[in-house]
Amino acid sequence: MKFFISSYLITVSFLAYFLFQDKELHDSIQRGKDIYSDFCVTCHLANGEGVAYTYPPLANSDYLMNNREASIQGVKYGRMGELTVNGVTYNNTMMPLGLEDEEIADVMNYVLNSWGNSGAKMVTVQEVNSIVK
Amino acid sequence: MKNSIKALYLFVVMTNLSCGQKANNDVNTPSETTFTAELIIDGLQIPWGMVFLPDGSILISEKSGELILFKDGQKSTITNGPAVYNRGQGGLLDIELHPDYENTGWIYFSFASEEGEDKGGNTAIMRAKLNGNSLTNKEILYKASPNTTKGQHFGSRLEFDDQGYLYFSIGERGERDINPQDITRDCGKIYRIYDDGRIPEDNPFFNESNAKKAIYTYGNRNPQGMVKHPETGAIWIHEHGPQGGDEINIVKKGANYGWPVITYGINYSGTPITDITEMEGMEQPIHYWVPSIAPSGMTFVTSDKYPAWKGNLLVGSLSFQYLERLELNGNEVTYREKLMEDIGRVRNVRQGPDGFIYVAVEGKGIYKLVPIQ
Repeated sequence: MKFFISSYLITVSFLAYFLFQDKELHDSIQRGKDIYSDFCVTCHLANGEGVAYTYPPLANSDYLMNNREASIQGVKYGRMGELTVNGVTYNNTMMPLGLEDEEIADVMNYVLNSWGNSGAKMVTVQEVNSIVK
Repeated sequence: MKNSIKALYLFVVMTNLSCGQKANNDVNTPSETTFTAELIIDGLQIPWGMVFLPDGSILISEKSGELILFKDGQKSTITNGPAVYNRGQGGLLDIELHPDYENTGWIYFSFASEEGEDKGGNTAIMRAKLNGNSLTNKEILYKASPNTTKGQHFGSRLEFDDQGYLYFSIGERGERDINPQDITRDCGKIYRIYDDGRIPEDNPFFNESNAKKAIYTYGNRNPQGMVKHPETGAIWIHEHGPQGGDEINIVKKGANYGWPVITYGINYSGTPITDITEMEGMEQPIHYWVPSIAPSGMTFVTSDKYPAWKGNLLVGSLSFQYLERLELNGNEVTYREKLMEDIGRVRNVRQGPDGFIYVAVEGKGIYKLVPIQ
């Protein structure tokens, strides 16, 4: 009986944890979508396709998936200079957007779960907070 | 056989005709370069505005809020600048000198400001004096309201006309369905004030109750280019369209430029905004760009340094990263050409008092265009 109760509790708490995280991620993605259409869409376009040789794509982006920290850092502080995305080299400037850490986490979660990007761990406010210039 | 020759002839003639007619919407690449672009000031991020002071120095605004004086080949930072709301497209934006700067000392600034009670920011206009390496006598002349945390469309170019009125643009701040067509609300407008911030009594909506009385035109989207025509004295603007539909317009008292009721552009998602491009009571642009070049900064070439360009309009392209030269016949664009191809995001272009053209490029700095002898 004891065994049953403890395993029951463990199962329920695990389930609750995952469901809760799922809901949290879902809400973050939803908020991130609004941030995206406000701050990002002008250059990276509605489906993250970007503009070849000018604005790098976010859709199916190898850079994004392999450079999580640098991506967050770019959104947080802006970035300039060369980077290669899906085999194409870009040399442009992205201005710092003035977003709050919460908004950066949201928009990252949206982008990391859209247009063929998936599987990334959820970006949290703490993670954004810990990334420095 | 004879018929087929006739048909072929007709086809060739018609093709030539149709090409000839849309020539002004195709951009050309020049076969030879007639100038060199000298990077005279480097290490700039987003050099939004620039003015040339009588002592030969250049004052530059960085969107981040930094105000830079370039004097005798050295950069220095000007302190006590405006407190800017640096978010999205907002920050420290344009600079303009008073027409009688030598006697008045007034310098005009536009910037995104958090002033007011609501969260967020909106465009403000300030004047101040430069005293050594610091701004003094700061006066806010206009502040649009309400504030919003949206990142788009602060507008912000400044220009004086021959009568000494100050014109400035404020973009629609991402509220296209609320702001541009409503003269009781700020944003999506061109404004006209006196040099000290008073509102002229002959402004078009001065006597309309509830109207924002400084409004001079409405139905604008996001004008980031404004310049006085050297001969007619009229104020010319260009404005960003959505996807497609950037426009050049001539500012006319009380006119409605139609955004978002009429436009040559579409949503970023590819869906239509409207299927109409003209309507009675709304102005047609003198030129529109499809696809969008994302225009920023504008100047007329009036000096003798570039004889082949005299009377032309120069416009920066953010998205295609070149400087566009437009030949005009009166108010009609007759030829378009790419200069400085792939130089970077061209934020601003001005003709200096020395007659040379100066071009501000994001992530690079200020280039001087020197003609090849």
